[in-house]
Amino acid sequence: MAPAISLRDVAKVYRPPRKRPYLAIEHVDLDIPAGRFVSVVGPSGCGKSTLLGLVSGLLPPTVGEVTLLGSRVTGVRTDVGFIFQRDALLPWRTVRENVELPLRFRGERDPARAKEWIVRVGLGPFIDNYPHELSGGMRKRAQLAQSLVRDPSVLLMDEPFSALDVQTRNLMENELLNLWGASGKTVLFITHDLEEAIALSDEIVVMTAGPGTIKARYPVALPRPRNVTEIRFAPEFVALYERAWADLRDEVARSYKRSLEAG
Amino acid sequence: MSTLDLTATTAVPLTRRTWFIRTIQLAVIAFFIGAWEVLGQAGILDKFYYSRPSLFVPRIGGWFAEGLGQGSIYRDIGITLLETILGFVIGTLLGVAIGYLFARNELLGKAFDPLLSMFNAIPRLVLAPVFILAFGIDLQSKVALGVTLVFFIVFFATFTAIRDVDQTLVDNVRVLGARRRDVTSQVLLPAAFSAIVASLRTSAGFAFAGAVVAEYIGSNAGLGRRIATAEAFFDSTGVFGGIVLIAALALLLDAGLQLAEGAFSRWKPRREH
Repeated sequence: MAPAISLRDVAKVYRPPRKRPYLAIEHVDLDIPAGRFVSVVGPSGCGKSTLLGLVSGLLPPTVGEVTLLGSRVTGVRTDVGFIFQRDALLPWRTVRENVELPLRFRGERDPARAKEWIVRVGLGPFIDNYPHELSGGMRKRAQLAQSLVRDPSVLLMDEPFSALDVQTRNLMENELLNLWGASGKTVLFITHDLEEAIALSDEIVVMTAGPGTIKARYPVALPRPRNVTEIRFAPEFVALYERAWADLRDEVARSYKRSLEAG
Repeated sequence: MSTLDLTATTAVPLTRRTWFIRTIQLAVIAFFIGAWEVLGQAGILDKFYYSRPSLFVPRIGGWFAEGLGQGSIYRDIGITLLETILGFVIGTLLGVAIGYLFARNELLGKAFDPLLSMFNAIPRLVLAPVFILAFGIDLQSKVALGVTLVFFIVFFATFTAIRDVDQTLVDNVRVLGARRRDVTSQVLLPAAFSAIVASLRTSAGFAFAGAVVAEYIGSNAGLGRRIATAEAFFDSTGVFGGIVLIAALALLLDAGLQLAEGAFSRWKPRREH
């Protein structure tokens, strides 16, 4: 079967105005089979978020080819769900209006479906609240509902829980696994947190310090369903963590050293 | 009272404190007016220059008692307000339209940037004589001055709001299926609208000031004209009567807009006390 997401020898150069252009990622080859939950971990600045920009079509690759669900990515793809790291809800719209938005863009009016998803992510009592009236975790739930209401088969997540406190983050991670469960969706999850990556995924991809390229891939053979809070103590988890961390540690150190040099 | 009774410990002292502050504020105003009156009565403040509250308050009452007709206070207020509203509305529409255009079209924005900065650097009130020469002493010259004042406030507010709009919001709606016009109507315009609402009170104040100043410089009606006339007769009581009336109107205008701003800002986080 063709992979859901495929990157072929992809590189991306950023050209910020009045600054030197820089290479974010290079020589990235990655195939993600349909239905798999894959996490990409790497030090900050390794270009892991760039991957999601390329797959969603928000960013064009400088070199190489990106394929999503069997067709080449040439513009913004609306057949994916994208959970951004930062708040992406429209602050002047209520939870209900935000979740209905993607349906409206498609010319559909389906308030029942929007409401169903809001209830499913546990925001039923807050359906008519504005984003600023919600906690960070609740805003993430609303974003999940907003992205999932169109039932995309691919979900791109860019460090979605990094701004949350540890307890809320674990709750959200379990919630995400429940929602994903039997859905058959492909998930490409970006994080700098190796524990989170292992706990959630079928496979983890370790990236090098920028310019990012793929350093290693590890299948995660832990049984599902999982509880992210408890699975961290499983011996297989610890063993995998140690192996992957050995890879990641050098990259983190290199990235840190470079950031000090850059001042 | 239990120390853990949160409702009591927050709500009660807050209202009490509010009343306390209100009282002090009134006392400050009363002291200021009282001092003016006393110093005037004692001859320390020359009534020829500074008048006195006990002189200009009855004068204002007299104006309202005169009733309608040519040159009445009602007509003056009406004309000044009409000029304010026209200047405000036209200036806002122009500011939004051009601010939006320049923020969306980089070349256009860059091309006009030096010219706009130059215009913005001119203290706009010195344009009043130019407008009076060009448009005459009627309504148009007052509205024109108001427009130049309001335009730049709204233009910069709109321009900055649209240029600095959170790119995450734009990316998110695009992935959710927004077309170009959806991005405009769902993200860019609401972002600009909230900046405009925030600048509403400033720009309305400027439109009002522009109308009054232009009337003062050359006109045959309005509150500014009334002050100019009183000044010509060395009638400081008339001048202060006009000033107090203008201040009262400005406060009313601002209070009304504050209500409007609140109604449009329900989605915004409020600062907690």
